[in-house]
Amino acid sequence: MTTSSSSKPAKQIHLAAHFPGVNNTTVWSDERSQSQIAFSSFRHFAQNAERGKFDFLFLAEGLRLRETRGLIHDLDVVGRPNTLAILAALAGVTSNIGLVGTLSSTFNEPYELARQLATLDHLSGGRAGWNIVTTSDAFHGANFRRGQFLDLADRYTRAQEFFDVSSQLWDSWADDAIVADKASGEFARTSGIGLVDHHGPQFDVTGYATLPPSPQRHPVIVQAGDSPDGRDFATSSADVIFSRHADFEAGRAFYDDVKGRLDAVGRPRDSLKILPAATFILGDTHAEALERSREISRLQVSPQTAISFLEQVWNTDLSGYDVEGPLPEIDPVVTAEGGAKGRAHVHTDPIATANAWREQAEASGWSIRELVISFAAKHTFVGTPTVVAETINRHVQEDASDGFVIVGNTNPTGLDEFVDRVIPELQERGVYRTDYDEGATLHETLGLPPVPARSTSTVAGAALVSA
Amino acid sequence: MSHTPFHLGVALDGAGWHPAAWRLDTARPDAVFEADYWVSLVVEAQSAGIDLVTIEDSFGLQTSGFGAVELRRGEVRGRLDALLLANTIAAQVPGIGIVPTVTTTHTEPFHTATGIQTLDHVSEGWAGWRVQVSGRSHEAAHVGRREIPVLDPLRAASGPDEEQTALIRRLFGEAVDAIEVARRLWDSWEDDAVIRDVPTGRFIDRERLHYVDFEGESFSVKGPSIVPRSPQGQPLVFVLAHQQVPYELAVAQADIVGVTPHSDEHLERILGELGDAELRVERRVNDPLRIWTEAVVLIEDTREKAEEALSALDELHGRTYASDAVILADTAENVAAQLLRWQQAGLTGVRLRPARLPLDLERIARGVVPVLDETGVLERPRDASTLRERLGIAPAENRYATARPETTELIESANR
Repeated sequence: MTTSSSSKPAKQIHLAAHFPGVNNTTVWSDERSQSQIAFSSFRHFAQNAERGKFDFLFLAEGLRLRETRGLIHDLDVVGRPNTLAILAALAGVTSNIGLVGTLSSTFNEPYELARQLATLDHLSGGRAGWNIVTTSDAFHGANFRRGQFLDLADRYTRAQEFFDVSSQLWDSWADDAIVADKASGEFARTSGIGLVDHHGPQFDVTGYATLPPSPQRHPVIVQAGDSPDGRDFATSSADVIFSRHADFEAGRAFYDDVKGRLDAVGRPRDSLKILPAATFILGDTHAEALERSREISRLQVSPQTAISFLEQVWNTDLSGYDVEGPLPEIDPVVTAEGGAKGRAHVHTDPIATANAWREQAEASGWSIRELVISFAAKHTFVGTPTVVAETINRHVQEDASDGFVIVGNTNPTGLDEFVDRVIPELQERGVYRTDYDEGATLHETLGLPPVPARSTSTVAGAALVSA
Repeated sequence: MSHTPFHLGVALDGAGWHPAAWRLDTARPDAVFEADYWVSLVVEAQSAGIDLVTIEDSFGLQTSGFGAVELRRGEVRGRLDALLLANTIAAQVPGIGIVPTVTTTHTEPFHTATGIQTLDHVSEGWAGWRVQVSGRSHEAAHVGRREIPVLDPLRAASGPDEEQTALIRRLFGEAVDAIEVARRLWDSWEDDAVIRDVPTGRFIDRERLHYVDFEGESFSVKGPSIVPRSPQGQPLVFVLAHQQVPYELAVAQADIVGVTPHSDEHLERILGELGDAELRVERRVNDPLRIWTEAVVLIEDTREKAEEALSALDELHGRTYASDAVILADTAENVAAQLLRWQQAGLTGVRLRPARLPLDLERIARGVVPVLDETGVLERPRDASTLRERLGIAPAENRYATARPETTELIESANR
């Protein structure tokens, strides 16, 4: 059954469940689509993923609502919870699944965020994870004290320093700092609580952390940037890379590059898991799956969404164009300010983009909508549950990834079908857990080495001891 | 019988409010960093019909004063983040108000507002926020954004001190702004903003989302919130206040102010000062300010036993425990009698601080509450679906929805 012909044991697949996002992947016009904010949606999503023995669930972060051409974008799902708060709530209704949140190193302070992540790890019994992202634009800064000062070049400097200070805080209490000896009256050994005293270009943090080491001591660190700086950060500090290279060949190239970087710094290859984002469409037959894929992609790209995608490049009103017809022949309006705000990618040369799109559409005989579908609603895995499971397994066994971050297209039930139909296929192949290990931390579930033992030098006897 | 409805809150902190409480056989000091400990406390409170619990917090290790951190060996040190803990509890215990403490001094107002709003979604309408200001210089050093001089209560007590008064005014002014931002963000989505209109392809009606455009001395926030309007619309804002400047904060922005009278005369003076603050400060909340008192409680079968238990704790502590609130070491009946006196004085609730956890929470739940129930002063509508309803606070109007010139728009669109 397995694709591996050697005697080497099969690699175990790691899966993450991505809560449906505020973009066009999430179909809200479907009758099964429920509230994007009610706790019942999050509970269902998390408990279903836990039923499917996923390694962790993954949440993006909201810092500001997206805008298109100066107006709040209204065509996709809008609105989501505070990331840390909802993960803490989910800790209360799940027992084994990891809880990973995206949290900006730009619009947070290390003392507070390190404490919140440690809290989440305590509350969940060692299941916390942090997708550390950087943000530099003034658009998001308008909601925060920091405002807009961070230079693009400083993004990873700040992220790295943020992570380093956080680590110092997580490591500053000795494992046995709390004694809680009722008879002697000693609650904490004062020598077991170290003073953190950090002064760097981005942060000045002096003081004591407020928590003893959490079950994992450090949360699992996830990194999602693709730039060389991002890859360097992942090589030095991350446990998981959330990549966008789900395609087999691109995946292998990325996998090779990153694992090679690990070799260079002497980190074991399995200490950093690479999980590309992937969507899926199932069917009883291949033809049925293709048909569903086509239907869903048209729901993901409504006529208005197709026009809006183009308007982000053309930067002008295109509502008069027929989405089932050819692309506009007029050229984009070029201004210093771009069209879309609050999205990961911004088109830097609109004229070139427009030309490329026109050529592509013409060559393929695509309408506006079909063109937009081709890059905004392409499904990674389309087929019967057996074929999807085999494809996922092949990617993992042949080192195109260590697993996937699975993105459903309806909230909150989008992954129910995956759990019902694909997970058992993976389990039958012996490449995916049939249950969690009792009491396992997220580090353990992911098969990561434990966090290196704390350097005792950070625990200095600098504490002031009162009589 | 006509009466002022009276409500009960319980303040949860560590192993109880007496610094030596963790050393008792009944205490679970090793569990204060575990979710289950807190959930079991809140279940106890909820099943007794207590209206809300607050969760203490600070932006750093606990200290006994405003100066440097002392890593006192003999007291519980360390705390979970209260806002996160509140969310974990709320996901498991329905039907009780959950009010975490979050400081306004070093945190991001946007994160705090969305965190409390999320708590309101998770609890399905039972969230509150105990607003706190951090005047501790060591906590400022955790962020390194600004320096806060060491507050010296003795200096402040010895007479007017311009530097300290200015600092206090600045910190509380920032708190007024942080609550203002939160309240605006909480209203920044109208209740019916999600329309899911397939013909036009629109998930929301963006006319029903609003920029808050707040600009203040310490921060500015554009908005709208990332979180859709929550079940209560406006979660409950609780402010503990001991003097003029905090009274003004409470008058301006709080739903409930907690005060700490030590005698009837003291209470009268506090009510007078609050009344004066109402004359000086404009109230920005539609509902009248509710005044609650505070008390540390230690309950035994007889007053003598209670006093002995308190002395024994003080002995373990090495000195007499002093609190900003009155300490009631007494029987459940006598504690209830004191609460009734407060109720008759026109106060609408009390936040009880159990000296020993879980012991005194159990005794409040199983001793004090039944006595009060017999008198009929507790008002607990069984069908209350939110904390606001439970406390008899009117549904929150949305400042943006009411400001929207809907009729004008309708006329205009009819003319187009």
